[in-house]
Amino acid sequence: MLLQAGGHWDASNVTHLDRLLRSVTPKDTVPLTLDLGQVERLDTAGAWLLYRTLKESRERGGKADYAGLSPAYAAMLETVAANDQPCEIEPPQSLALIAVLDHLGKGAIDVAEEAKQQIAFLGLILVTLAGSLRHPSRLRLVPLVYHMEKVGFNALPIVGLISFLIGVVLAYQGATQLQRFGAEIFVVNLISVSVLREIAILLTAIVVAGRSGSAFTAEIGSMVVNEEVDAMRTLGLDPMEVLVLPRVLALVITLPLLAFFADMMGLFGGMLMCWGALDISPSLFLERLQGALSPWSFWVGMIKAPVFAFLIATVGCLEGLRVTRSAESVGQQTTRSVVTGIFLVIVVDAIFSIFFATVGV
Amino acid sequence: MVEDIIRIQGLKNQFGDQVIHQDLDLDVRQGEILGIVGGSGTGKSVLLRTIVGLNRPSEGRIEVFGQDLAQASREERLAVERRWGVLFQDGALFSSLTVAQNIEVPMKEHLGMPARLRDEIAALKIAMVGLPPEAGSKYPSELSGGMRKRAGLARSLALDPDLIFLDEPTAGLDPIGAANFDQLIRQLQENLGLTVFMVTHDLDSLHAICDRIAVLAEKRVLVVGPMADMLRHEHPWLREYFHGPRARAAQPDLEEVGD
Repeated sequence: MLLQAGGHWDASNVTHLDRLLRSVTPKDTVPLTLDLGQVERLDTAGAWLLYRTLKESRERGGKADYAGLSPAYAAMLETVAANDQPCEIEPPQSLALIAVLDHLGKGAIDVAEEAKQQIAFLGLILVTLAGSLRHPSRLRLVPLVYHMEKVGFNALPIVGLISFLIGVVLAYQGATQLQRFGAEIFVVNLISVSVLREIAILLTAIVVAGRSGSAFTAEIGSMVVNEEVDAMRTLGLDPMEVLVLPRVLALVITLPLLAFFADMMGLFGGMLMCWGALDISPSLFLERLQGALSPWSFWVGMIKAPVFAFLIATVGCLEGLRVTRSAESVGQQTTRSVVTGIFLVIVVDAIFSIFFATVGV
Repeated sequence: MVEDIIRIQGLKNQFGDQVIHQDLDLDVRQGEILGIVGGSGTGKSVLLRTIVGLNRPSEGRIEVFGQDLAQASREERLAVERRWGVLFQDGALFSSLTVAQNIEVPMKEHLGMPARLRDEIAALKIAMVGLPPEAGSKYPSELSGGMRKRAGLARSLALDPDLIFLDEPTAGLDPIGAANFDQLIRQLQENLGLTVFMVTHDLDSLHAICDRIAVLAEKRVLVVGPMADMLRHEHPWLREYFHGPRARAAQPDLEEVGD
């Protein structure tokens, strides 16, 4: 059988040619001749089709050959024949069930491994901190102030806005419920206790985990990818001291301040809403506030702030240092840092609640 | 038939106040390997990026395959882009895809090939650039620098382009790897009739495979010509570049040629 090829046998036509060639090529051992006499253009993709047709025909035991070859086409077909080397496209996939189990097991080991690293890292930070306190000259003030500005000062607008709005929402929702009992004045108690004890600090911590925890991971992570962290070590600089400690300290110092700011904005939002919607004047609001609150309501919230800050910052820095040398892993670790940070904040918040309930404040 | 594949006229590139190129003219002929050399900061890579459209020139005209890309419609641009391949310095492979999948990206996007044919052609390209078959299913992070370059070259060859751009293809390779890579480029160029636009610092590559060399200096193309012209040229930078200690090491009989 004689197959006459003509026209452009190039990459832009191979999809069409592939189908065509398969439909006309006999499936038995009929002797096959591929005539390239009228081919105007041949590239490796086109040559591959011709070569494959020939090869498959020969493998079936038929005689097959080219005809009408110009030297250039012969060379092209030779190049293709010399490079006929099938290969895997993806790493082998295992069975779905096994893959799921495998994934589960790896995940569990990973969590354990991470918990271990987290604890070790905590210790390392404390050791570095102790070293810095013994030699205060080793404490890096400029980066510390720089990070305080970035994680603290620059977060003021967003933290303030969110707390203000939550104060407004709480007042409004509380009012509609309490009005049914004619007890709308207790809205003040509702707002002040929930904002000061829980909501302001929790929201601030979550915003900061999303904003600064992720930034820590991404910054340190891209430095790892760039080998900057390795360079630092060879220059005799301790990444713990240069990168980690300023960030951790900055957050531990600024998160309580942010939480205080959030407290005030939340109360302010609640107060405005009470005034506007319930006719509770600000002076009455403040009066009720003093009656509703014990000093502990405020301190219960504030005590948690540095703990949350420490958690968010250590997770952020650790995940950054765990980045491997690829751009993809920066993204993965950043996601992980935010998720772990928020998760830990909420778990620890629950532990605090139980603790405060037990001691009775 | 010698036809100009790339024609650059009066190109000016400027970043802020800093002028990189001024009145730069350059023609690239069909089927040649053109080496671009120049000191650091003379804008070799910027020139490459400008031609492939990653950088918009302040002035001047660039024609590739007779098409002025600045004026071209989207379809016309795409048609040109399908006819060229670009190899970036470290391969610029997509890190979430295996080597074979990387090579299949342009085939899938532009040609809509069926999966089986894509796999076959990807395997062919992997073999053509001298990678072992195991490399196909590996991720870029699992490869050495030299293998990443080969994989990047395979991806740039995926659509059987007429023109390929190479940005320092041998930088970071050991001398044996670099020499192999040179041979590979020459071989592919001969077999496939490619035109090669190559930015390089490697004197060995220049000697071994470049048909012509273009020297970037003083914000323009100072001279273009074969190696012999470079060696005869009197410009102090060229003398230093092609007759310096490293040049002599690269080509021991160079002094006789030069004098």
